[in-house]
Amino acid sequence: MTRKSRRLWLVVACMIGLGSAAALTLNAFSSNIVFFMAPSQVHAKPPPADRTIRLGGMVVAGSVRREKVKDSPVNLFDVTDGQAAVTVRYEGILPDLFREGQSVVAVGTVNPDGTFRASEVLAKHDETYMPKEVAEELRRSGKWDPRFGKAPDAASWNTMTAAETKKPATQTPDGN
Amino acid sequence: MNPELGNFALALACCMAAGQAILPLIGANRRDARLMALAPALAVGQMIALITSFACLIHAAITNDFSVQNVAANSAVSKPLLYKITGVWGNHEGSVLLWAMILSICGGAVALFGRNLPSALQARVIAVLGGVAAGFELFCLTTSNPFARVWPAPLDGQGMNPLLQDPGLAFHPPILYTGYVGFAVPFAFAIAALIEGRVDAAWGRWVRPWAVAAWCFLTCGIAMGSWWSYYVLGWGGYWFWDPVENASLIPWLTGTALVHSAIVVEKREALKIWTVLLAIGTFSFSLSGTFLVRSGILNSVHAFANDPARGVFILGLLALVIGGSLLLFAIRAPQLTTGGLFSPVSREGLLVLNNILLCSICAVVLTGTMYPPFMSLLFGKTISVGKPFFDATTIPLAIPLMVFMGFGPMVPWKRAQMWPVLRRLWWAACVALVALVLATFRMRDILPVLATATAVWVICSSIADITERLRLFRQPLAQSWQRARSLPRAVFGAALAHAGVGIVVLGIAGMSQAAHRIVEVHVGESEMLAGDTWTLTDVHPAEGPNYSALVATIEVRHNGRLITTLHPSKRTFASQHQTTTEVAIHTNLMADIYGVLGDRHGDDANPTYVLRLHYNPLAPWMWLGGLIMAFGGALSLSDRRVRVGAPRRAKAVDVMVIQ
Repeated sequence: MTRKSRRLWLVVACMIGLGSAAALTLNAFSSNIVFFMAPSQVHAKPPPADRTIRLGGMVVAGSVRREKVKDSPVNLFDVTDGQAAVTVRYEGILPDLFREGQSVVAVGTVNPDGTFRASEVLAKHDETYMPKEVAEELRRSGKWDPRFGKAPDAASWNTMTAAETKKPATQTPDGN
Repeated sequence: MNPELGNFALALACCMAAGQAILPLIGANRRDARLMALAPALAVGQMIALITSFACLIHAAITNDFSVQNVAANSAVSKPLLYKITGVWGNHEGSVLLWAMILSICGGAVALFGRNLPSALQARVIAVLGGVAAGFELFCLTTSNPFARVWPAPLDGQGMNPLLQDPGLAFHPPILYTGYVGFAVPFAFAIAALIEGRVDAAWGRWVRPWAVAAWCFLTCGIAMGSWWSYYVLGWGGYWFWDPVENASLIPWLTGTALVHSAIVVEKREALKIWTVLLAIGTFSFSLSGTFLVRSGILNSVHAFANDPARGVFILGLLALVIGGSLLLFAIRAPQLTTGGLFSPVSREGLLVLNNILLCSICAVVLTGTMYPPFMSLLFGKTISVGKPFFDATTIPLAIPLMVFMGFGPMVPWKRAQMWPVLRRLWWAACVALVALVLATFRMRDILPVLATATAVWVICSSIADITERLRLFRQPLAQSWQRARSLPRAVFGAALAHAGVGIVVLGIAGMSQAAHRIVEVHVGESEMLAGDTWTLTDVHPAEGPNYSALVATIEVRHNGRLITTLHPSKRTFASQHQTTTEVAIHTNLMADIYGVLGDRHGDDANPTYVLRLHYNPLAPWMWLGGLIMAFGGALSLSDRRVRVGAPRRAKAVDVMVIQ
């Protein structure tokens, strides 16, 4: 085995290793990337039913309710970005930090009927913390400017939005 | 008084580290023995100063000195003593100080245990360590001083995140950090070798124990972190491919490659440039790991500190350390001579394969971790990659790695024949085939089946390696015993570590078959899971030191025979308005029975409780295997070849003639 053939062999082995790594990565990227979507985007352009997405927004206050399918409890709650709300169905125990009126990220798929089937619900450690994606989405929808203090209560935007869409002229001044 | 003493000690350590970084380097260049002799003295001095500083912070935490802002923000009078101590490193400032202290201890260790190194090399190694330490201590002093005072001092602290009040997490950061920081020593050796322009077998021998020690700690730290998320977070999962977890996995992968390629340097003087690069890369990844966690570039459940000002400082530090070392590498590496030849089928060949595959896995994990933040930074797209991505990419690369791992220790150096190796391993291959067939019938999915078979193969081939070396069953037992005593411990260590990998993979394969159910029951009702009957018999309130809890009693029966009684609970911490779930786990080493208490619903007279029940086959093997791997590493460190006789540079032939 000469120095040259050894080098050739090494290069080939490296190429095979890194090449297969690259192939696997690209392949996995094409099918396993999870996009983040806000409720209004889900309404506008629902993703295919087999596509896993991350749905983020604020839990609408007073929207959390429960059903029981056989022995398993199902949690239902609405997630809003101030423009639209999506109902999330989650079979499981909600995280300890899950609260109404706070930000949440749900991982799952969109059902044909427009509801969201979550396989995982994430709420963050810190109660003042808002996931970056959610904050970005709220700013884009014009519901919140971080320069003017804390995010408003999720319940207030939802009713505000509802009031706006129903009768935009007679919005009450108290904002509730 | 004490916090000021700590602050002073920290500043003193920073000055000493700066001196340690500069003076010995000058000394080594001028061959000035006095300047070089400063290196160990300064390293030990810096170590003592930082230990003092850290002790002052612990003292402030124990004595509830809430005038120290860090203590006020993270501690409280009602917190148990253990968590007052461990809370010191459960936050950003304290953890940076801990990091710096461990780095200074590494420097001190090189000063104390490295007396038999050539003095110029030792001086340069300590100088590099001093430079890194000076940077981190400056960072600690300027942007995140743990001793900053607050006025007026509050009466009570804000308390600590209840999730972190756990014995598992108490000792996880120091061990993980020791692993991260430990790779600073191989890094320093690599830089010193580049400055000297000389890498040889002796260098490999000196570097390897440090790399192995750091690797052991990192392995333990990762295993503990995974165990912590398994039993604290209560999701029943053990690895979430969270950016912070990946940040610890990446240096582990390159560190494992380093531990193996250093063997080739030591035995055959080949792969020298590559090993130097790996040493630089591993520490760079460790540093970036800290950077990723501390700057909040990667959002994750672990983010304690999301402060961009600190991020800029650390980014500068990283650019300096990593960029500088890579520049030095680019200038000096061509001067290093390339070493001995070997054929593809040889121990070296297989170690090269090991390195290629480990680095490929590392590249994949790095891509998966970095792609989402870069996409959001460059294109404003918010995406994430999760478990499916990492499963689909890492497992297909890990399986060939495991197959080659079985052959590795049995193949001779330089040039080997495949046939004698196969003849010694035929029974291991047969057992692995039987495992493959059994797993095909018992398990879902193809990847866990393949993983099971290769894991069995690795374990059996490690056993085959040892029995072969001992000539067990072919010689009288007494002779085998004699051979066992004369066999270097590193051989046993390697076999043990390899078997540990197999055990971890078996655990992971077993966990892929886990079953779980979420149920809502009244007290007294039963549910079935994995052939066991789970009965909720009682739920009662209980009081803890700084929380109140709701404790459930779940009886698990198999065919009417009581297996265990679980007591999962929910704790409410009044001072933070937070609740945590305490998982109850019963293990018989073959499977975990894992119960979580969820919310309470319904009227007070007859409430229902949500329970999550898991049956996790082979779950304990993952952590057991991790410990076995670390123990294997520790065993090979205790090899007397590491301590006695080894560190002699085969430098001058004339010396030998004189002797």
